[in-house]
Amino acid sequence: MRLLALCCLSLLVVGCQTGIPEDALALKPDSLERRQLESRRFIGGKEADILAACSGVGQDMGFTIDESETKLGVLVASKTREASDAGSRFAMAVLFGANAANSMDKSQKIRLCIVVKPVAGKEGQEWVVRATFQRMVWNSYGQLTRLEGLSEPELYQQFFEKLSKSVFLEAQKI
Amino acid sequence: MLPRLCLLAAALAIAGCAHNSTESALEVGANQVQLRQIQSRAFDTTDKAKTLRTVIATLQDLGFVIDKADLELGSITATKLDGYALRMSVTVRPRNAKQLLVRANAQYQEAAVTDPAPYQAFFGSLSKGMFLTAQNVD
Repeated sequence: MRLLALCCLSLLVVGCQTGIPEDALALKPDSLERRQLESRRFIGGKEADILAACSGVGQDMGFTIDESETKLGVLVASKTREASDAGSRFAMAVLFGANAANSMDKSQKIRLCIVVKPVAGKEGQEWVVRATFQRMVWNSYGQLTRLEGLSEPELYQQFFEKLSKSVFLEAQKI
Repeated sequence: MLPRLCLLAAALAIAGCAHNSTESALEVGANQVQLRQIQSRAFDTTDKAKTLRTVIATLQDLGFVIDKADLELGSITATKLDGYALRMSVTVRPRNAKQLLVRANAQYQEAAVTDPAPYQAFFGSLSKGMFLTAQNVD
């Protein structure tokens, strides 16, 4: 009974707490590393042309454009895809039942944001393109199971390789 | 006595956050003036576009993905997903002939962020990107 009382009391205390993590809006030690992973420098070309090429690469990767503001060099796109293949879902259903299969990740929405920014002191000549990916994943019950930024280096390498070919400029690491 | 107390505590826990949900649309914080101060800083520059680009770069450094950007309106909205959803809007507008006012408001999961510490951290990061000091406003 005391345990129950304690549980109720703790529920009462934490009931309305929605604490934002302390470091959510602070730069972290790996911020620079992430910036390097997500960015490439381009010499030459025009900002609008690079942004147009970015939208082309996004479309090549199956993204649809959600938002754009060329005056600020911003492009936002997204795509919705299956999160797990039908084969593995079937295997889970056979091995562990329908509930297990349903609790597996089913669909995901991947968001891509591309920002083109002039290099300070070299406006009109050099640009930094930064791409950031994030995704939301749902299971078969429609429950959100994952909210995350994507940091796989291959993802960014592939994106910038495609972009380099598209703008006929060589992407340089920053 | 104890079971009754438990029941009361449980009822309070469940009903604690309940309120007419449509009221949320028009709710203003307990102290609007104080909140505006917490969320705003002045910078000694008049270059709106450059400031907005720095806001975008800072948000990207902090792990956000941009949702919307509008130069005319001077607004940027972005979302950070890291096991949680943190959405933030930043507006830039002229404060006087020499300064711009930057205001940020954040929403963590389904609640407004009213704690000063996260905003201080954000403006600290933005100051580094701007190479300018973020000045408190009255």
